[in-house]
Amino acid sequence: MAKMSLDDLRAMRDQKRRELEMRDADNKTVQIIVGMGTSGIAAGAKNTLSAFLAELEQHGLTNVSLRQTGSLGLDHAEPTVEVRMADMPTVIYGKVTPKVAGEIVRSHIMNKTLVDEHVFDRPAADILERKEQ
Amino acid sequence: MAYQHYILVCGGTGCESNKADAIYRALQRETETHDLTHAVQVVKTGCFGFCAQGPIVKILPEESFYVEVTPEDAAELISEHIVKGRPVTRLLYKEEQSKEHARVDDISFYQKQFRVVLRNCGFIDPEEISEYISREGYVALERVLFDLSPQDVISELKTSGLRGRGGAGFPTWMKWNFTREQTSDQKYVVCNADEGDPGAYMDRSILEGDPHSVLEAMAICGRTIGANKGFIYIRAEYPLAIGRLERAIAQATEFGLLGKDILGSGFDFEIEIRLGAGAFVCGEETALLASIEGERGMPRPRPPFPSVKGLWGEPTVINNVETLANIPVILTRGGEWFAKIGTEKSKGTKVFALTGKIANSGLVEVPMGTPLRDIIFNIGGGIPDGKAFKAVQTGGPSGGVITAEHLDTPIDYEHLQELGSIMGSGGMIVMDESDCMIDVTKFYLEFTVEESCGKCAPCRVGGRKLHDILTKISKGQGTQEDIDTMRQIGTAMQRASLCGLGQTAPNPILSTLRYFKAEYDAHIDQGVCPAGKCKELVHFSIITDKCIGCGLCARRCPVLCISGERRQPHEIDQSKCIKCGECFTACKFDAVLRA
Amino acid sequence: MSTINLEVNGVPVTVPAGTNVLDAAATAKIAIPKLCYHSDLPAWAACGICVVKVAGSPKLIRACALEATDGMKVITHDPELQEIRRTVIELILSTHPNSCLTCPRNGTCELQTLAADFGIREQRFESNVRDIPADTSTPSIVLNPEKCVGCGRCVKVCQGLQDVWALEFLDRGDGTRMAPAGDITLNESPCIKCGQCSAHCPVGAIFEKDETQTVYNGIRDESKHKVVQIAPAVRVALGEAFGMEPGSIVTGKIYAALRRLGFDTIFDTNFAADLTIMEEGSEFVERFVNGKGALPLITTCCPSWVDYMEKYYSDMIPHFSTAKSPQMMMGALVKTYFAQKIGKTADEIFLTSVMPCTSKKYEIVRDENMRSSGVQDIDVVITTRELARMIKQAGITFDSLEDEPADESLGIYTGAGTIFGATGGVMEAALRTAYHLVTGDELEHVEFESVRGLEGIKRATVDIKGTEVRVAVAHNMRNVKTILDEVKQALATGAELPYHFIEVMACRGGCISGGGQPYGGNDELRKQRMAAIYRDDVDQKIRVSHQNPAIKALYDDFLGKPLSETSHKYLHTHYTPRPIYIK
Repeated sequence: MAKMSLDDLRAMRDQKRRELEMRDADNKTVQIIVGMGTSGIAAGAKNTLSAFLAELEQHGLTNVSLRQTGSLGLDHAEPTVEVRMADMPTVIYGKVTPKVAGEIVRSHIMNKTLVDEHVFDRPAADILERKEQ
Repeated sequence: MAYQHYILVCGGTGCESNKADAIYRALQRETETHDLTHAVQVVKTGCFGFCAQGPIVKILPEESFYVEVTPEDAAELISEHIVKGRPVTRLLYKEEQSKEHARVDDISFYQKQFRVVLRNCGFIDPEEISEYISREGYVALERVLFDLSPQDVISELKTSGLRGRGGAGFPTWMKWNFTREQTSDQKYVVCNADEGDPGAYMDRSILEGDPHSVLEAMAICGRTIGANKGFIYIRAEYPLAIGRLERAIAQATEFGLLGKDILGSGFDFEIEIRLGAGAFVCGEETALLASIEGERGMPRPRPPFPSVKGLWGEPTVINNVETLANIPVILTRGGEWFAKIGTEKSKGTKVFALTGKIANSGLVEVPMGTPLRDIIFNIGGGIPDGKAFKAVQTGGPSGGVITAEHLDTPIDYEHLQELGSIMGSGGMIVMDESDCMIDVTKFYLEFTVEESCGKCAPCRVGGRKLHDILTKISKGQGTQEDIDTMRQIGTAMQRASLCGLGQTAPNPILSTLRYFKAEYDAHIDQGVCPAGKCKELVHFSIITDKCIGCGLCARRCPVLCISGERRQPHEIDQSKCIKCGECFTACKFDAVLRA
Repeated sequence: MSTINLEVNGVPVTVPAGTNVLDAAATAKIAIPKLCYHSDLPAWAACGICVVKVAGSPKLIRACALEATDGMKVITHDPELQEIRRTVIELILSTHPNSCLTCPRNGTCELQTLAADFGIREQRFESNVRDIPADTSTPSIVLNPEKCVGCGRCVKVCQGLQDVWALEFLDRGDGTRMAPAGDITLNESPCIKCGQCSAHCPVGAIFEKDETQTVYNGIRDESKHKVVQIAPAVRVALGEAFGMEPGSIVTGKIYAALRRLGFDTIFDTNFAADLTIMEEGSEFVERFVNGKGALPLITTCCPSWVDYMEKYYSDMIPHFSTAKSPQMMMGALVKTYFAQKIGKTADEIFLTSVMPCTSKKYEIVRDENMRSSGVQDIDVVITTRELARMIKQAGITFDSLEDEPADESLGIYTGAGTIFGATGGVMEAALRTAYHLVTGDELEHVEFESVRGLEGIKRATVDIKGTEVRVAVAHNMRNVKTILDEVKQALATGAELPYHFIEVMACRGGCISGGGQPYGGNDELRKQRMAAIYRDDVDQKIRVSHQNPAIKALYDDFLGKPLSETSHKYLHTHYTPRPIYIK
């Protein structure tokens, strides 16, 4: 991509934002976001990522986007994975080993059933919610 | 949705010990009784981090947050909330009670409001610039390039009240303004990413999760102060962060958000990464500059301050990663918005790296002024294994301890200083009753002695002496005179050391002397380590009356110094014992005496 | 120059802009104690002893590194500062061996003085002295890291003043040491043996390799005829070691003292300096007038410079004067010409040199050319500091000695010979004679002021009856780079040469401030010693080398003429590229 002008930048921002929104509105897309900070990787996030890839391929799931992101902050529960999809609450899973990754695909994504024992939450949320009031 | 409701039962240690498992089973039973298994999924989760209010049950999608739930409440939760759709008000978290429904939106709303620094971490793909751009990325730079004058930027920062997140909390606007006021053809912006406090990794996570926020801030700084060259000084042991930064710089340059004539504004700014070899002292700004210049990383006297004479003698702004990550948001949302967060003198949020004896170790970002208790017991989930909280060390090796009596202190620059500690970069190491304060203090001194650059005498020699005296005390060979000597050396170090490392190195000692003098006295006067940590002062023996001869301790002993006939009282060979404490922990009959 | 008004302990003080608080306080007659600061070097701010209070600053600030500003209010002494300084000194003492009595710096040690001034009577902090072996690898200086106080002066001298980079800080924390990078020995390092580290060291961590016992042994050897020579710069500095005013000229007293120490014949290196001018001056004329050999010609009297050039600028070897240094010329002559005269063989002579320089100890064993008499031309070199100790050991009341003359004939010198001791002196002496060699005339005015003084690089254009000679003088090793780079660029591009003749001396101010001179060297002292050198020049009846009657006699008797075959055999040498690091 060549250098951007101010207009290009703004256009890109709008388009990308709409794209993301559309992606959410369009009931087909599932997002799996793997926390790939140093602590995540140290805890095996790379294996988790490969396990997701393999599992998705095995089941022929093409409507799932697998992405990486930085640390989610839940270092005691690494590797952590956030799953966003329509009809399901957005959930952060912790201690996602390759085996758990398989379960998430089969259970959460294919059967819309949460995976027991691995649901975590943003720890700061509740306390900060109180602050905000 | 496959199920109509998801019931999340917290399965963290704290809740588990309060019958969370029984609640889980009761909820499942009730679901079956009401024939709702097709509509409701009951799930046991990891810790919610709100252990003080546990056991916790959360019902989705309503996001209803029930606290202090008992197994007996299960029936009501199912029959009322699930079947009839009426929240069980008496169990709702008390500040939620006023609301009809706690909405998911509230939480995401909050997240936009309060995850200021970590706003994008764990959300966007850090290797894809367009994701950053879609989240208001480079909007602030746009404004700075086309709408705001340098003076406007400074006053916005002044309004925001942002202070440096790397240590002493110097107002960021002043730093920028001093540098802006200097007349020079060449100025520099330096990002201090030499995070070195033991247990701290806020900056690493920001760079790994949201590198563009730092790049954008540096360009904004460059525009404001009149610099077109920036350096990021980062330790080589952060390979992932370095890789992400390199990629981010390349993408930003490709997009024309760095480099020549940014967005056609005529402003040039480029950023170079400089790798440090990991010396702690290189986080000190003048040593950092020396290191970038290719010199041995040793501090230089101040004044002159870097804002006047910095990198290669030119006016330089040095900000740490977290400080910079705040800048784009401040300029997008306004200084006033930022100033609403936090306390009177400490604005915004602070990211802490919570480690040590804590259930949920991790990164937390809270508004300044949040009480320590909330951070440790609610977010952090408290102390594991049912142990009692003893103290928390903030500010790393330059800081001090905060004890149980001060748990309700709002955490900001002023309060921490009052308590004899500092904010530092945001490391928080939690200690429990099994930690010996002399041992902990010795660890910190060991660190500063190891990391002293060796340039100035007070730090180089004083640190070693303090460490030696602590070692003596931990062996039960100390005297009360040693305490005076430590205070005197400590004062000389604080007053005569060249840089912050030496000036603050005695802080852990002075702080523990303030709050845990009795523990020093126990080591000195009675030759006892109350926590049982100082090996030279601990002695393990087997109480014959209590020992049933199960042999567990003997199997656990790593040096095989416990012997005895089966079903007969065992014995510890003191000459071989390494005082690891394995037998003490292993014994189920309290038959091992630690004295 | 703008001035600054400040208050030190309530006393108004006016100083030039740019003055640090330490010096500003000194103008108010207030001495702030210090250990690491040295006026030759930028403030390194290590020791933490010169801390002061400045109104408006909650922190203590090091006076050495703090520039005085208008309206500044400084407190230099109060009980709190006293206690902090004392604690810091005690901390330093706790890492320093208690071996003052046997230390080469006993009596001249800056730490010892501080300990005495602060009345430290007990060792309050447990001692932990490091056990690191001394580095005795060079013939010139000894590095004893055990005594190091970490002031950093040596490293800053080696890297900053001299641009040699032999010394570096190794390790860190309380393990910090000053040693060559890579932990090799000094002799394997780029060290040029200038000894400026030893001259700046406040304690006994770096000092000259003591050869006084070798001298005593030589003097006791009855089979030997004992000869001694003294270098130009010794005569203007030795007096300081005996409490005399800096800048006292004590030539006659030195001759007398050396005789009392047991030397049979007293010669003066100044004579050899005159001889060097004859050879080097002729060499210049050969190259400049007759085009035989490379220009510019560069002087080689300074062995540290020679060592530096062989390591860092070996491509410039063709530009080097092949003339030996005055010390080595004297060595060759004493063991050949003089030996024959008194009917001795070379190995029946024991020749001692008294030099202001540690590098001269290295020069005598540099290579085979330093054995032109068949044996080692010079047996031993002692520095000015060592001679001072020998005189004290001999119970000689130096300052009350009657002046005595040197011996014929290698003890006769001119004003041109004596100014070799200061930067620019060799150049000036050479110009005096070159003028004569080129024109056949004598100068009316022999002084070339433009090459004198402490300016790091001095450039001048000299008119020799219509012919322009461009000269440059550099001292402080770091300054040589500028000049050589100019020359190299001109040579590479074929542009006109910026200089025809270049003088280089490794030490700041030249030999008067050599690494073996009495301690306390700073620019103030350098100026005093320099002034004395030029006074000694004026005091001489003859001020040009070619008129030295003893020189004329030497050529008549022995050498024939400058650059003759005999001259080349004894008075000239050659140079070899050397690796910067010896593996």
